[in-house]
This record gives sequence, structure tokens and C-alpha cells, in this order.
Amino acid sequence: MQLLMFYLLGFGAVVSALLLVTNKRPVAAAMSLILTMLFLAGIYVLLDAHLIAALQIIVYAGAIMVLFLFVIMLLNVEEKAGRLSNRKIALQFISILVVGAILISVTGLIKIGPSQVVDSFGTTKAVGQMLFTDFLLPFEIASILLLAAIVGAVILAKRRIDD
Amino acid sequence: MVSLNAYLILAALLFSIGAVGVFTRRNALIIYMCIELMLNAVNLTFVAFSRFLDNMDGHVFVFMIMTVAAAEAAVGLAIIIALFRNKETVNVDAINLMKG
Repeated sequence: MQLLMFYLLGFGAVVSALLLVTNKRPVAAAMSLILTMLFLAGIYVLLDAHLIAALQIIVYAGAIMVLFLFVIMLLNVEEKAGRLSNRKIALQFISILVVGAILISVTGLIKIGPSQVVDSFGTTKAVGQMLFTDFLLPFEIASILLLAAIVGAVILAKRRIDD
Repeated sequence: MVSLNAYLILAALLFSIGAVGVFTRRNALIIYMCIELMLNAVNLTFVAFSRFLDNMDGHVFVFMIMTVAAAEAAVGLAIIIALFRNKETVNVDAINLMKG
């Protein structure tokens, strides 16, 4: 069962990654990248990394890809390749949603024998405990990195006063 | 039980597909997406090793990579917007400001 799930998720991830690389339209490419990330979230669940799987969906497939789509639509660079109809966009959106829901619910069914790792492996509690004890300094430095990124993004993207 | 090798092969496949995208595509936005794909492949190797060595340090590394990816996406997309404002294109062949 676990092997079957791995092959299904892995095959899906590779196929959607190929779609990302070969697709002419940036929006469709972004949608296939979201699909790749959802498949990878399923593989993380197979590997007992529950917190990472949730973060993968929330941060990567959610926040970062929305930023990408926002910029693609802001710049409107897909004019040459022809526009997608609203119906096609809706279909893509629904199919990603359905596939993601199926993947998450199916991977939740898998039971991995307790002999392999401790029960708390990869849970929010265990990872959080490491993050706030052994890795406290890197964690705090990450917040400075994010602050620098916010300031940098604002300075780079704002319109100059003199033009 | 899936072997560690299978996970590593999958991660290598995804990384190579991402690298091919970086080298073959000329749209700056798609190049950025391929870089995200490569970061994801690296995350997969971290999580796989973490699981098979029964050591959760890898999860913290993945957390940090996600932070860096978010920062990189924000700054990189701001650069692309600034370039588009000046050049009206996101084709990397047309962006050669730094060329002597």
C-alpha cells in the first residue's frame, strides 16, 4: 500500500514537473507547480513529516504560489501565447483542488508500523521543541532574513519618486 | 516499506527537471518557478534522510529552506516587476543591463 502510494505520488510529481517545464503559458505552469507541491506534500506524509507536509501546502502551494500568480497576472505576459478562457481556468482550479483533497485524504489512511520510529516523529510538538531549543538562534536569524526580504521587496518594487 | 533510494531517485528526477527548466526556458517567471521546484527536490532529500536516520534535524532544515524560499520569491518577484517596468519584457535574453 505504501509502495503503491509512493509510486502514484512520485509519478504525479514528475509528470506535473514536466508540465511545468514544457508549458508555454506562465499561469498553467504555475498551476502545475502547485500540483507538484501537493504531490510532494503527500510524499512528506509517507515519510512521517506531518508538520512539513502541512507547511508545504500552506507556505509553498499557498503563499508563495499565490505571490507568483499575482505577479504573472499583474505583468500580463501571456498575451502572445493566447489567453485561457475563464472556463479553462476554473476547470484547472477545480481539478487541482480535487486532486489535492484526494491525495491528502488517501495519504491520511496509511498506517506505518510503530516499530520504525517513535510516535511523535515529525509532529508539530516535536519539531517545535527542536526549533525553540537546539535551533533557537537560526530561528531568530530567519526572522531577520524575512524582515530584510520585506524591506528589499518594498524598495525594489516601488516606483521611483523622480520618474 | 519504500527504500531510501527510491525517495532519493525521485528527488533527483525533480531536481533535474527543474534544472532543465532553468536552462531551457527564457521567461524569467518560469525560471523562478523551476528554482522553486529544485528547492522542493532538496527538501524531499532532507525529509527522506531525516526519516531513515530517525533524526528530526532535517525537518528544521526544511523549515529554514522554506523561509529562504519565501524571502527569495518576494525579492525576486520585486526585481522582475522593476525590470518589467524599465524594459517591458521578462525575457531573460533581452535583459542584459549588466553586460559590458
